[in-house]
Amino acid sequence: MNTLRNSFKKLLQYPSAIAGLLVVFVLVAVAVYTVIAIPYSEAVRMWRGGEDVWYQNPRFAPPAWINYFSSKKYSESFAVNTSDGLIEKKVIPGDNGLSTVEMTYAFDFSYDFFPQEMLFYFTSTFDEKQPFVSIELLTPDDRKIRIANFAIGNEFTYRFSQDEKLRAKLRAEDVIPALFTAPDGDTPLKGKYQLLITGTTFEPASTMDAEFVLHGQVFGLAGTDHERRDLTLPLLWGVPVALAFGLIASMGTSILTMIIAAIGAWYAGWVDELIQRITEVNLVLPLLAILIMIGTFYSRSIWVILGATILLNIFTGAIKGYRAIFLQVKESMYIEAARAYGASSSRIIFLYLIPRMIPLLIPSLVQSIPAFVFLEASLAVIGLGDPVLPTWGKIIQDAQSNGALYKGYYYWVLEPAVLLMITGLGFAVLGFALDRVFNPKLRET
Amino acid sequence: MSVTAHVPSEKLVIKKPASNSSFLRVMRYVSVRLLTLFITVVIGIYLTIVIANMGGFVDQIIKGEIRDRITQSFLANPSVKQMDPEVRKNLIQEKIALEEKRQGLDTPIAIRNARFLTNALQLNLGRAINITSDSGSKQVRLILLERLPATLLLMGTSQLFLFFSSIFFALSLSRNYGNFWDKFVIALSPTSAVPPWFYGIFLILIFAAAFKVLPFGGMVDSPPPLNTFDYAVSVLQHLILPGLSLVLSSFFISVYNYRTFFLIYSSEDYVDMAKAKGLPSRDIERAYILRPTLPTIITNFSLLIIGLWTGALFTETVFLWPGLGRTLFQAIGQYDIPIIVGSTIIFAYLLALTVFLLDFIYVLVDPRVKIGQ
Repeated sequence: MNTLRNSFKKLLQYPSAIAGLLVVFVLVAVAVYTVIAIPYSEAVRMWRGGEDVWYQNPRFAPPAWINYFSSKKYSESFAVNTSDGLIEKKVIPGDNGLSTVEMTYAFDFSYDFFPQEMLFYFTSTFDEKQPFVSIELLTPDDRKIRIANFAIGNEFTYRFSQDEKLRAKLRAEDVIPALFTAPDGDTPLKGKYQLLITGTTFEPASTMDAEFVLHGQVFGLAGTDHERRDLTLPLLWGVPVALAFGLIASMGTSILTMIIAAIGAWYAGWVDELIQRITEVNLVLPLLAILIMIGTFYSRSIWVILGATILLNIFTGAIKGYRAIFLQVKESMYIEAARAYGASSSRIIFLYLIPRMIPLLIPSLVQSIPAFVFLEASLAVIGLGDPVLPTWGKIIQDAQSNGALYKGYYYWVLEPAVLLMITGLGFAVLGFALDRVFNPKLRET
Repeated sequence: MSVTAHVPSEKLVIKKPASNSSFLRVMRYVSVRLLTLFITVVIGIYLTIVIANMGGFVDQIIKGEIRDRITQSFLANPSVKQMDPEVRKNLIQEKIALEEKRQGLDTPIAIRNARFLTNALQLNLGRAINITSDSGSKQVRLILLERLPATLLLMGTSQLFLFFSSIFFALSLSRNYGNFWDKFVIALSPTSAVPPWFYGIFLILIFAAAFKVLPFGGMVDSPPPLNTFDYAVSVLQHLILPGLSLVLSSFFISVYNYRTFFLIYSSEDYVDMAKAKGLPSRDIERAYILRPTLPTIITNFSLLIIGLWTGALFTETVFLWPGLGRTLFQAIGQYDIPIIVGSTIIFAYLLALTVFLLDFIYVLVDPRVKIGQ
């Protein structure tokens, strides 16, 4: 206990170790928060739910905070509807069951880039006669543009940019820029825009509601991908996945390697010989190819890959290193004493041999974490990521296969890449410092 | 594939009084060693074959493909339309059986695995299932030979540069350790936790996407330039980013490891003695530091050379480099077992041969080492 506290004190003398510890601490906190705030099933639903989950988001939108670094502002996305009261709705009853529904929504537009798209989602209830809707847009320079008139069914979606009639009326190539510019200008006209929706229902019990969605150029904290998915989710869920994979894999391999090396060194003879031979066979096996084959042929589940990774990484060169040290330790006096009082082999292995190696184990364990974190990401990048879980590697793969770097969607690659980098470096730096604390023989300068 | 991977050879034995004649001893050692290495290779290859076939699972896929293809070709053929359905069905069955026999799918899997193993061990690599070489051949040997130059170019330049430059820098750092550059390298050595393809993405982002000075990937412009000089320039341009990412990702850890390694040897008493005698530092390095570290350096170098064979799977995939690593990845994606096994057997043989030869090289460079008991 005392030695542990001393080691910890020594560790804190290294600024890099403090930085590493901080990174690890933040990552663990984020991982715990994520798993509690967005449970697994919810995460999977939000990641693979389909257009219903993502329709409010723009496509290929960088994160909203780039506006702080840019002198030209990108329009932000928003969604409002009548049930949350942001679209004001007034029902004026008329004769013969006829009633007029007036809905208005005003918003400030003070950006330098046009939005991607604007949409209306209408829902209504009626028995026979469909309600009728007309939409108008009031621009900051007090022009009133008639957008469209149409009858709506139970559910109706109106996309501004897809309306050929509107495009013809505006005499423009694209609807959205034409709506947001003054007649003689070509930059967005800033100011207050007002949407006026006038609906008519023809039955007493008939009702109607509307939702207005503006797809801006930027979205949320992390931006969106090609399927309009919010990248915050995979970035957050990537943390527990990467940590779990890295930690379990490195702990599994180093502890099993150590136990097997101890068994080999203790029993010697054919057990030792067998372990040596297995290690040599394992050297010949193409590790990556086998992992990829398992991913392609068997299962892409992250747990299967994790198991295979551990199995293939047990019998590596490290086993020889540990074995050499165990052979030395085996000859020490206290082992002889234990043998003399009749301790069993398993007792000696687990209580006398292995604890001696913990100072060697901890740094190498921490140092091997990044390799496993990146292994998972690497497999995901070549298309063998877990099919269900959202992870960092999968974001990079999506970005790569959609030519993100080529088309200039840098945020899409950079966000997961930077997180991977921070995670990898955090553990690597900590591992280096631990190595110096626990193995002072190797300490230089 | 770290450059400083250490393979301790437990057969490396310090001199003991010889009981037999040295010729017999060496012969006995050589035969035992060759036998164990051969058995190791056999087991390794057999396991690869079994995994690559997934216990017959891949056979099912291939059989399904054959059935599908032949049925489709029959359905598309107007001349068999008038045929009696029963006759046509039999004809299809017959054709499927023939095709399965041609690919050897009618023999039990254990026998096929054994046959596959013996063929592979004789370097009889056979024919690929789906992948074809650019010249149109399905011979595994030709496909691998065709991709080899690309991998050798990429891995060879980057790994050799890495090896020699890190030894050079490590020597100069160990000479004056504790100075700014030494601390710089130590501080940056954790960056090697990041794999090469990852640096590749950043390099692509900076040099290809943002500055547009270097290509995104591939090995040569498309269409390839006709004259040789332009072709070489184009290949060099494509080589810079993948090569740089391979070098970047292991440079600092490699320098750091060699430097630590050299430092341990420079604190030996005989080095102090040599310094006291006033020998020039060049001579001290050559005769007292490099000489005893030679076995390790040779081990690393030979592992580096055989590492060239496997290529850099992820880096080649990210940069669309047409090398062996990417071919292996494509082969796995297309269930092309002969290519997977072919690439593995060559690596296994190279590794076994290197391990075997290293024992003798140790004897040559280190007079303290003797072969066998």
